[in-house]
Amino acid sequence: MTTLQHSRQGARRRRASTPAAGDVFKATVLTKVMLGFTAILSIFPIYWMIIIATRSNADVHSIPPPLLPGGNLGENVRAVFAAENAHFMTGIINSVIVTASVTAAVVLISTLAGFAFASLQFRGRNVLLLSVVLTMMVPLQQMGVVPLYQMMVTLGWTNTLQAVILPFLVNGFGVFLMTQYTRQAVPRELIEAARVDGASTLRIWWNVVVPAVRPGMAVLSIQTFMLIWNEFLWPLIILRADNPTVQVAIRALNEKYSTNYVLVFAGTALSIIPLLLVFVFFGRQIIGGLMDGAVKS
Amino acid sequence: MSLDVDAGRTRLRPVPPGPHRHRQSGRRHLLSWLDMRATPYLFVSPYFVLFALFGLFPLVFTLWVSLHEWQLAGDRDFIGMENYTQLLADTKFWNSVGNTVGIFVLATVPQLLIALLLANALNKRLRGRLVLRLSVLIPLVTSVVAVGVIFTQLYARDYGLVNWLLGTLGVEPIHWQNQKWSSWIAIATMVDWRWTGYNAIIYLAGMQTISKDIYEAASIDGATPRRQFWTITVPLLKPTIIFTVIVSTIGGFTLFAEPVIFGGGGMTGGTVGQFQTVAMFIVKEAFRDFDYGYAAAAAWILFLLILIAALINFAITRGLGRSR
Repeated sequence: MTTLQHSRQGARRRRASTPAAGDVFKATVLTKVMLGFTAILSIFPIYWMIIIATRSNADVHSIPPPLLPGGNLGENVRAVFAAENAHFMTGIINSVIVTASVTAAVVLISTLAGFAFASLQFRGRNVLLLSVVLTMMVPLQQMGVVPLYQMMVTLGWTNTLQAVILPFLVNGFGVFLMTQYTRQAVPRELIEAARVDGASTLRIWWNVVVPAVRPGMAVLSIQTFMLIWNEFLWPLIILRADNPTVQVAIRALNEKYSTNYVLVFAGTALSIIPLLLVFVFFGRQIIGGLMDGAVKS
Repeated sequence: MSLDVDAGRTRLRPVPPGPHRHRQSGRRHLLSWLDMRATPYLFVSPYFVLFALFGLFPLVFTLWVSLHEWQLAGDRDFIGMENYTQLLADTKFWNSVGNTVGIFVLATVPQLLIALLLANALNKRLRGRLVLRLSVLIPLVTSVVAVGVIFTQLYARDYGLVNWLLGTLGVEPIHWQNQKWSSWIAIATMVDWRWTGYNAIIYLAGMQTISKDIYEAASIDGATPRRQFWTITVPLLKPTIIFTVIVSTIGGFTLFAEPVIFGGGGMTGGTVGQFQTVAMFIVKEAFRDFDYGYAAAAAWILFLLILIAALINFAITRGLGRSR
């Protein structure tokens, strides 16, 4: 958010002070055409999904293809929930539970660790922080599927939601993000002043740090939510077909009703509604978070 | 970002005054010493305990499993490096490596170039810039599985939009799943559609940290906008470009959902594995053929491949900037 504001101020200043040098930042017609084209390309597949989800299968097979939404959405959505082999409703409920638990836990774990790394003194701090950053580079979920699966078999947790949730709590990126954010948002002096007042570390965290890093927690929540809602490989392996997450349910729809496009697309459209809602309400924060993160790393 | 810290501070309760204060001070000292010493470890421990259980342990255990003939039924014989030597001679494994690398190159090179140009365009003075930035980011909030479903239909042989468009140009309908080249292109476009806007926004953030004075000086010296883009923007963006290259490498080498959905849900990646990626190979070996040892060895080779690819790409990206 701040980045956007800065840039806007920057643009205004540029225009005011040096009109001649503004040339490089002037959008040519070609630039505008290219941007318009890109925007259309970005939005079209989602628009196409909505068209198909609201049509009938006969429409889908017509030539030229339909370019406007139809009136079959309700019927298609009912068919999705009625599709016996997909367990779509279970999928949605499971995804909500998994995503909510992982997001809450990751934000809590990261905010605690981020505070310790950013503001507290302890032996081994730098080595531990470095190990967090290094492990961000390892594709844990892909590499560890075999032992993770066997671990869950041993514990008797296959086909349970905790088996899906637990491995996703390892989120080095979250710890790194909250460390950076706490460093920037909570001055050392503030912590020391609270200590002089006799506050314990836990109390300082709750009363001083958490209120100050709330925007960072929001960015992390949004990113974790999107990441986990999309997760496909691990739930596909650990859950049975009758107890899926929403992404696994879509794969089942796609596999078992592959020619029934309107059904598959209606399910797909339903599955991205939460993501689109997040985007509509927090779009600026998403961009701000991405841009902030990019400059820092 | 509001610094709402003062509100937090006033809520701190002051140390309660009273007769007990002196008697308790020894214990209080001990407690506060403990608090200073131990609490930091307590605060970082949830992450590291979880990491040890669900990150480090699986990693090490994968190595252990990979040294065994490890089947579902419980036969566990130590066979040393045999899984690895067998893998290195397995044409199916190398086929999946080839597919992964091919799709990665086909997707990443144009993606990052377009993202650079797009970021440069988004960095200009424009009306409705927030709307434009949001619209190029919409693909990122579409789930990978949804991308797979939508694009697989767009690439359908009989009623797909892509074949219909090509048909109006006189091209015969293509069965996109059938050939290596066509399936790679289809999957690469899925990856590009989802990630180009993301990379553009990352580059845009980098571009905005470049001082405007440099451009003004270059303008006065008569450098064209295009020249300024290649001689100022791109070299100064190098750290950001390296970051995106590394992220793309990890993502590209673990590609899974798009080719799975494109192939209708299975792990074989087409009739003769035209678009089976390494991640699909691992899942197929482990959870369809139940050869855990073999799959674990493949996972470690995949990790080594990612490291090698990341290093090569790092070197290339650094070199590119220097030659300009």
